[in-house]
Amino acid sequence: MTRQNPGAEVYDSARQGLLFVEEAKALWRYRHLVSELVARDIKVRYKRSVLGVAWTMLSPLLNMLAMTWVFSLVMRMDVKNFPVYFLTGSIFWAFFAGATSHAASLTIDAMEITKRVFIPRSVFVVSAVGVALVNLVLSLVPLFLIIVGTGFPVHASWLFVPVAILIGALFTTGVGLVVFTMASRFIDVKETYLVLVGAWFFVTPIVYTPSLVPERYRFIVRYNPMTYLVEVFRAPLYDGWLPGPNTLAFASLAAVVALAAGWLFYSSRIEEYGRGS
Amino acid sequence: MAAEADAAVELAGVSVSYRIPKEAVQTFKEYAIRKLQGRIEHGELVALRDATLTIGRGERVGVVGPNGAGKSTLFRVIARIRRPSQGRVIVRGRVAPLLELGLGFHGELTGRENVILHGAVMGYSRKDMEARMDSIAAFAELEAFLDAPLRTYSTGMAARLAFAVATDVDPDVLLVDEALSVGDERFQAKCHERMAGFRDRGRTFLLVSHSLPEVVENCARAIWISEGRVVQDGPADAVCAAYHAWARGDGASEARS
Repeated sequence: MTRQNPGAEVYDSARQGLLFVEEAKALWRYRHLVSELVARDIKVRYKRSVLGVAWTMLSPLLNMLAMTWVFSLVMRMDVKNFPVYFLTGSIFWAFFAGATSHAASLTIDAMEITKRVFIPRSVFVVSAVGVALVNLVLSLVPLFLIIVGTGFPVHASWLFVPVAILIGALFTTGVGLVVFTMASRFIDVKETYLVLVGAWFFVTPIVYTPSLVPERYRFIVRYNPMTYLVEVFRAPLYDGWLPGPNTLAFASLAAVVALAAGWLFYSSRIEEYGRGS
Repeated sequence: MAAEADAAVELAGVSVSYRIPKEAVQTFKEYAIRKLQGRIEHGELVALRDATLTIGRGERVGVVGPNGAGKSTLFRVIARIRRPSQGRVIVRGRVAPLLELGLGFHGELTGRENVILHGAVMGYSRKDMEARMDSIAAFAELEAFLDAPLRTYSTGMAARLAFAVATDVDPDVLLVDEALSVGDERFQAKCHERMAGFRDRGRTFLLVSHSLPEVVENCARAIWISEGRVVQDGPADAVCAAYHAWARGDGASEARS
């Protein structure tokens, strides 16, 4: 009940600091709204369908079966335990792509609400990441079953997974903020982003290993930040060791840069871009 | 402005202008091409010009004016949705708009869950809303339906719930945009009673309405806005009468041309 004391709260438009600080303060004040929006999305998704939770776990498995069929059995790509290799990359990708494209689709909701009541629009981006996090944690369950089921040993390095998820979540939030802000202003951003993200998937080592990429094209993989973020998530689960210091450093750098750039872009543009007509 | 330290809302020389592209560029691809060609021009739309007004604690003020006059912009500036381009706005105490039905509400969630979500939109925590749940349900007369999904509610039930949530949190400044009373006649009477309670507790109340009788009935003071300027500010009946006369004259001259 921190905001209940009438008169204690004074809004003075002249007392306005830097935009990115003001927006950060507002997001913190409305953190309850973030958790309620996440809860709403999860509840709505799982309430009416008995298959809801099960489907979140089953869909990566189906995806894995299809990819194993194509790349491991038909094209005979030489990757040790392909199902686990693919799954460790694909559920992380699903988290990133799901959160950012969901953020892009929330711009209309955001516009409707913020026309009538003050809320910081970043709550929509953060809650989209939150929903995707819940789904990511749920899809870890079938992943562990597959790992154990295919005779992979249990590793202490699994304890690193939360750190990998945190780094991934920071990067995802940064990208999500840019996509959300752009999509608030331009109607073609969401569709364009979906096309880009579809292509991005294939230049990230998820269905193949970096070593399978011919040397002259390897720079594509090397300059792709998602390569490092996927590797940081995959190493403790698939390889059973911690990601190398360089990989970890690049991934963390990408996360911090994306978040800082995303936040600055969002806070400087959202009032103009998110206004609607 | 120090002399008015007790005012609930103060606007000093407030202007709000929007920077809008001269041609509506909807897609990023088109925007990028035009930007490269240097063909992006912006114009200014001034929604509110140099508005200065003071609204005291406990005042009931109606805002009238034609469509596009700047009434909503005035509201948004007070509700801190828009920052003023010039001038200064001070609002003392907690502002809450009376949100219309459906905003943030979701049919699959129960009435209880919707109350918590609606509260979160207004900046209240789950704990705050749970503490208010009984009185909200009682006022909306929905105790028996609180755990049913909102999609099973009638329009009237949902509107009652929205009204109950918005007014139960007891804001210091309540902003109402055309949705003062909902439900059947008996419930409308309850709404009015609650509004009277607001007034008695010294809460400030702003109403934007196209219904002049509603403004005269609920407000002591009225502000007439046209083309972003405050045209007249005074006793509700006098301002509404002047606005009414002007609007009829204006409409008639438009019809002739």
